[in-house]
Amino acid sequence: MSTLTTPSGDRPALGGSIGAVSAGRKIKDRIVQALVYLAFALAVVPLLSVLWTVLSNGLERLDGTFFYYSMNGVGGRDEGGGAYHAIVGTLEQVALTSAIAVPIAVLTAVYLVEYGGGGRLARAVGFFVDVMTGIPSIVAGLFVLALWLLTLGFGFSGFAGSLALTILMIPTVVRATEEMLKLVPNDLREASYALGVPRWRTVCFVVLPTALPGIVTGVMLAVARVMGETAPLLLTIFFTKAINTNPFEGPQAALPTFIWEQAGDPNQASIDRAWTGALVLILLIMLFNLGARLLARMFRTVSR
Amino acid sequence: MTTDTGVSTTAAAAGGRVRDAAIGTGRAGDKIFASAARGSGILVLALMAAIAVFLIWKAIPALQKNEAAFLTSEEWNPNAQPPRFGIAQLAFGTVVSSLLALAMATPVAIGIALFISYYAPRSVAGPLGYLVDLLAAVPSIVYGLWGLLVLAPRMEGVSGFLNSALGWIPLFGGDSPGKNSIFTASVVLAIMILPIISSISREVFLQVPRAHVEAALALGATRWEMIKLAVLPYGRSGMIGAAMLGLGRAMGETIAVAMVLTFVPGINWHILEDGGTTFAANIANSFAEATETGRGALIASGLVLFVITLIVNMAARAVVARRKEDA
Repeated sequence: MSTLTTPSGDRPALGGSIGAVSAGRKIKDRIVQALVYLAFALAVVPLLSVLWTVLSNGLERLDGTFFYYSMNGVGGRDEGGGAYHAIVGTLEQVALTSAIAVPIAVLTAVYLVEYGGGGRLARAVGFFVDVMTGIPSIVAGLFVLALWLLTLGFGFSGFAGSLALTILMIPTVVRATEEMLKLVPNDLREASYALGVPRWRTVCFVVLPTALPGIVTGVMLAVARVMGETAPLLLTIFFTKAINTNPFEGPQAALPTFIWEQAGDPNQASIDRAWTGALVLILLIMLFNLGARLLARMFRTVSR
Repeated sequence: MTTDTGVSTTAAAAGGRVRDAAIGTGRAGDKIFASAARGSGILVLALMAAIAVFLIWKAIPALQKNEAAFLTSEEWNPNAQPPRFGIAQLAFGTVVSSLLALAMATPVAIGIALFISYYAPRSVAGPLGYLVDLLAAVPSIVYGLWGLLVLAPRMEGVSGFLNSALGWIPLFGGDSPGKNSIFTASVVLAIMILPIISSISREVFLQVPRAHVEAALALGATRWEMIKLAVLPYGRSGMIGAAMLGLGRAMGETIAVAMVLTFVPGINWHILEDGGTTFAANIANSFAEATETGRGALIASGLVLFVITLIVNMAARAVVARRKEDA
């Protein structure tokens, strides 16, 4: 890119006779340049502010108690108390979500790339996967509420939360997998067919393994995204202050709902817990994000 | 990850069609796997349909008991006897806050995209892009916490200034500019939709034909003139699509808005004053106390939100897709 964007400063060196850039145009160019730099600075300010406040406020309560205790029997004003129940809940819910969403999403992507062939069904699926990325997370929660809790009569549980998160995770993973499958060279498929390997074995043992690092990256980014979702969980896992390690029965806590609960309590002790919860959540998400990017960098073999 | 889709799509699609004709082994494993893949695709479609069906089904009983006009009433008392609720205030808050957020975010986001694509030195462009993407990685609950405890107190002065300087505009009028206002909420929303608008715009800018750029520069255009002549006209529909996707995102955002806003009943056109609520924020805030009818009413309002965001998203995707076909 930098080869194209010759700075206007060294243009007069080409020869004065062609005519230098007039002052008015130069000034306009400079003004726009300043505005563009300003726009970038405007985006960085809130990012740094968010990260800084979460870090500085969150460190206050980042201690052993926070990781080893739940909020059971801890009042809003009491010091102490922790997020053990919430961390366990978040990890279980996200694991369940991945277990449901990844197979569906990968198969859908396989259909779109390997079997759809640009037909009408494939186009419809592709379009609605795109539309699905835009579903508000609260609507996903309402859907699970309407179907799982109100119609089928199940109670609040971590699993209900996972179902809601699944709806949010599927489209992201489908898109990522699709991009990766498209990058697999057709030569590989043809070589496999030439050896008489059936199509499904070609997909399972040639195409998918080639695209695997990219797919794993996409899954990890999707996990990082759904991990921070709060709205659907409010309607599906509800609240509890106690440890509940069984995601299939009874209300469960999660880190986002923990923060929501603590921030709603106007006591300094609760606010501190909310900040630390936010710090732990961001650290978890960054861990997945960085892991995904490292993985993508290490295995960048799949490209033409 | 999603840079060069245009080329590979067509290649893969063409390859797929050739394979269809040439190789059909007809073995059992093939059939099972193909139908599993097809089934997953259909499942995704069914899921979308199921969302609409179940929301409608569970909303109907509450709507039948409702004694107020659902579309035009400003009341929200679904737990009362008899229940009275309408979405006028929710719709007002949702539309105003997200449009305001869009107006603030779009110019900045396009500026960021231009900065990363055409102004930043190449060696730092990648990391800077990653920095902007980090904004998208921060979960909304953290934006809510930050908006409530850090941004809102600082917005009090900004709102007061806007009120005294631009108070003659009805939107910025009112007697008591506050901090938990729709205006503060839309600032938070603007920050949250920045990354999606700028990343899609960036993708579009990457596809601007090099020849156009080079031609403009060869004619002696300054960098801004090159952008005005070659980049912006080419990327217009892509940028519109990106902005619309941002709008859909802003409309559906729940937790950050719910945390920042203080609920005051009734539509208030003075967006600098405390109060206001949105579809999503209302659901999050009133779900815990909702009775059976109350839950039905919330589902009904969620259905309206679903339909609105669906329309916005489909329109946006259509705009972006048309650009791809043109290219």
